[in-house]
Amino acid sequence: METGRTTPGVVAGRLPPDAYETNFADLHPRYDPHEAHVAADRCYFCYDAPCITACPTAIDIPLFIRQIATGLPEAAARTIFDSNILGGMCARVCPTETLCEEACVREAAEGKPVEIGRLQRYATDTLIGAGVHPYTRAAPTGRRIAVIGAGPGGLSCAHGLARRGHDVTVFEARPRPGGLNEYGIASYKTPDGFAQKEVAWLMQIGGITIEYGAEIGRDRSFDDIRAAHDAVFIGNGLRGVNALGLDGEDMAGVEDAVDFIARLRQAGDRAALPVGRDVVVIGGGMTAVDAAIQARLLGAQNVTMVYRRGAERLNASVYEQNLAQINGVRLITGAVPVRLHGDRAVERVEFAYTSDEGGRLVTMNDGFWLPADQVLKAIGQVMQPLTADPEAALDLDGTKLRTAGTGAVPSHPGVFAGGDCTASGEALTVTAVAQGRDAAAAIHDYLTDAQPAQKEPA
Amino acid sequence: MADLSTDFVGIKSPNPFWLASAPPTDKEYNVRRAFEAGWGGVVWKTLGLDPHVVNVNGPRYGVIHGADRRVLGINNIELITDRPLEVNLREIKAVKRDYPDRAMVVSVMVPCEEWAWKEILPKVEETGADGIELNFGCPHGMSERGMGSAVGQVPEYIEMVARWCKQTTRMPVIVKLTPNITDIRHPARAAHAGGADAVSLINTINSITSVNLDAMCPEPMIDGKGSHGGYCGAAVKPIALNMVAEIARDPATAGLPISGIGGVTTWRDAAEFLALGAGSVQVCTAAMTYGFGIIKELTAGLSEWMDRAGYDNIAAVTGRAVPNVSDWKNLNLNYVTKARIDQDLCIKCGRCYAACEDTSHQAIGMGPDRTFEVIDAECVACNLCVNVCPVQDCITMERLPAGATDPRTGRVVPAEFGDWTTHPNNPAAHAAE
Repeated sequence: METGRTTPGVVAGRLPPDAYETNFADLHPRYDPHEAHVAADRCYFCYDAPCITACPTAIDIPLFIRQIATGLPEAAARTIFDSNILGGMCARVCPTETLCEEACVREAAEGKPVEIGRLQRYATDTLIGAGVHPYTRAAPTGRRIAVIGAGPGGLSCAHGLARRGHDVTVFEARPRPGGLNEYGIASYKTPDGFAQKEVAWLMQIGGITIEYGAEIGRDRSFDDIRAAHDAVFIGNGLRGVNALGLDGEDMAGVEDAVDFIARLRQAGDRAALPVGRDVVVIGGGMTAVDAAIQARLLGAQNVTMVYRRGAERLNASVYEQNLAQINGVRLITGAVPVRLHGDRAVERVEFAYTSDEGGRLVTMNDGFWLPADQVLKAIGQVMQPLTADPEAALDLDGTKLRTAGTGAVPSHPGVFAGGDCTASGEALTVTAVAQGRDAAAAIHDYLTDAQPAQKEPA
Repeated sequence: MADLSTDFVGIKSPNPFWLASAPPTDKEYNVRRAFEAGWGGVVWKTLGLDPHVVNVNGPRYGVIHGADRRVLGINNIELITDRPLEVNLREIKAVKRDYPDRAMVVSVMVPCEEWAWKEILPKVEETGADGIELNFGCPHGMSERGMGSAVGQVPEYIEMVARWCKQTTRMPVIVKLTPNITDIRHPARAAHAGGADAVSLINTINSITSVNLDAMCPEPMIDGKGSHGGYCGAAVKPIALNMVAEIARDPATAGLPISGIGGVTTWRDAAEFLALGAGSVQVCTAAMTYGFGIIKELTAGLSEWMDRAGYDNIAAVTGRAVPNVSDWKNLNLNYVTKARIDQDLCIKCGRCYAACEDTSHQAIGMGPDRTFEVIDAECVACNLCVNVCPVQDCITMERLPAGATDPRTGRVVPAEFGDWTTHPNNPAAHAAE
């Protein structure tokens, strides 16, 4: 019998060979010039525009849209990159429906915002597509800065520093740059290897070296890195994954959603990727949605996403929830897994309903079962400490790094941080870019004002 | 239901919408289809003497686009008909025979010599056409040869040619005026003095729509060179409306029938021309943009509006707004208004604020949460905020009642009328003695 959607177990090749390309094609294809002009013309060029305020990188959105409308998308791209050097990726992955487009006055007026994200992509693709890097590097300063993590925060910071003439070494644990842009985001949001193209384009500034396979705390010591550089930026994200804490988590078929997504992103041939017939995704955030939709796109027959709290508490935006449901994902809220059943491989998951009692989640006695040959866990990621030495440990705010407004880590002069590993801001690509950018400015000030007299002896 | 039938200087048509003299009326094929679509009449594309003129073989039109490539204005460098006179006359005759209820007006442009007019008019008359329109308007090409706007810019010539025509033909004579002149009243008076039955206006406006910045040449570009063309379409409507109104309220031409032309695109445009004194309207650019099918919207819309507004026929609308077209000096300076922003309708774009703060009177305050409110003590009621607001009726102008104090001037609003002619700041004002 041929393998299909209903074949039991975790198997590859559930779909006809040509279905994969269709399923994982660009979610929002790039506008053609006419579409861009029509969309751009809807912008009201608001005073002190709410979309700018809503953008963590504060891109001058009305200006770049006006530049598109007047026929200069390249100039629009420069406006975007001036505030957000990863404006190309942000145009693809930003939850614009909760940021700029939610704030757009036309959302208030008509329930139909100016399509800022797609216009941003139209603009940024012109320069990146042409391989034109619009910035030049200042004269070398001789300063050396370490950036930990080649994700959005680290790359943004590295570019800002390199532009100012500093020499940057980026230490990246994985074999490729990009962080979640490369490993953690649904394929249909950034197809055609865009994450790598963007990094290559960004690196054209010069002065940035990336060391791959260099995980701080495993391959290199944080203290050594710090001693060997004039400043350090930490942008290593959340490398740990929360566990369910249930028996049977080590059964075959149970894995972290981030690993499933990363495997998908790195796959050359998606037809060779195994996926379950009955997939259960546990969690309510963007990672859960990305995993659930892609499981469907790979050919899973039944994909159910289960979130422990009520629908109003889902981290995934309404747009993402709708996208999941359009793609045939079933969404269940108000239930937690209490037991994983199976022999060596998972066979079903037992859930209990929950009740939110004044913010406290109470597990009820009543529940249900879901058949499952694959369980994807997406209940949050955690920071991994850079050093095991409690003396050298960096200050935490909750479970993440405590930083000042500029990204400075108060307990460690010369150390700055940004992105998901810090306690400030939402865990978004665009927030990481903003924090990396601002930290680069702060590091530059630190180096030019404070160095070398105030540098502590290593 | 409102009666749209029109009797314009004896030329009858089932509705007041005529296709203006232009490419849409250049030949029998087009005009038959226009009549089938429901157009009330046509002014046949301008005839001249043989040998017929030739046109450029490159682009004839330039354009101004709005959003989504919406055509706002077109200019053209096309000349009068480039087909033999005999062909046109034969076709006019055939169409008029088959559509006796439609207005068939023929546009004519020949040299400013009496023999030329006396030669062509009998031939036109022989077709059975209902009237002639003297093309004194085209600002390009023909004007270089002493015709078109070159005639329309000299009132004495207008009067002279109009008189020749009236002496030569039984047909009603409509003089088509050029807007490329300082005061439209003078050519209109000249036409009237020459015995013309009516004027039609406006013809196109001298224009360069755009410059090709690669070739450094105006568009439309003919082998690296460009020439000014005649501008038309929705963009010219305000100019046309004013000129129509100027003639309608000029005592010297009071009652002179006017065929309104210039950017008529919807029924509302047509109603506005009628209200300012037009007895029929002519349409070109809208038809050239959307095709003949728009006549259904034009007639249905005008009819619907007339029913709602209580106008039984076209004559009841014609000139209705003319008494309210006044001079500035007669405007009531005691009419004091202030802008009011409807906070429920406001979408908080801040365009009113930017416009007022940067370019006007700093009369709009921006509060927390982007709340925009009018500062009465600064508001001069200029209306700019109303104009730039993207939400209809969100900002309105509300009148201060008599007896209220205007916080901007500190003066009590008088109940009585008071204009510039009696204003104390007017050196020419004289108190009654």
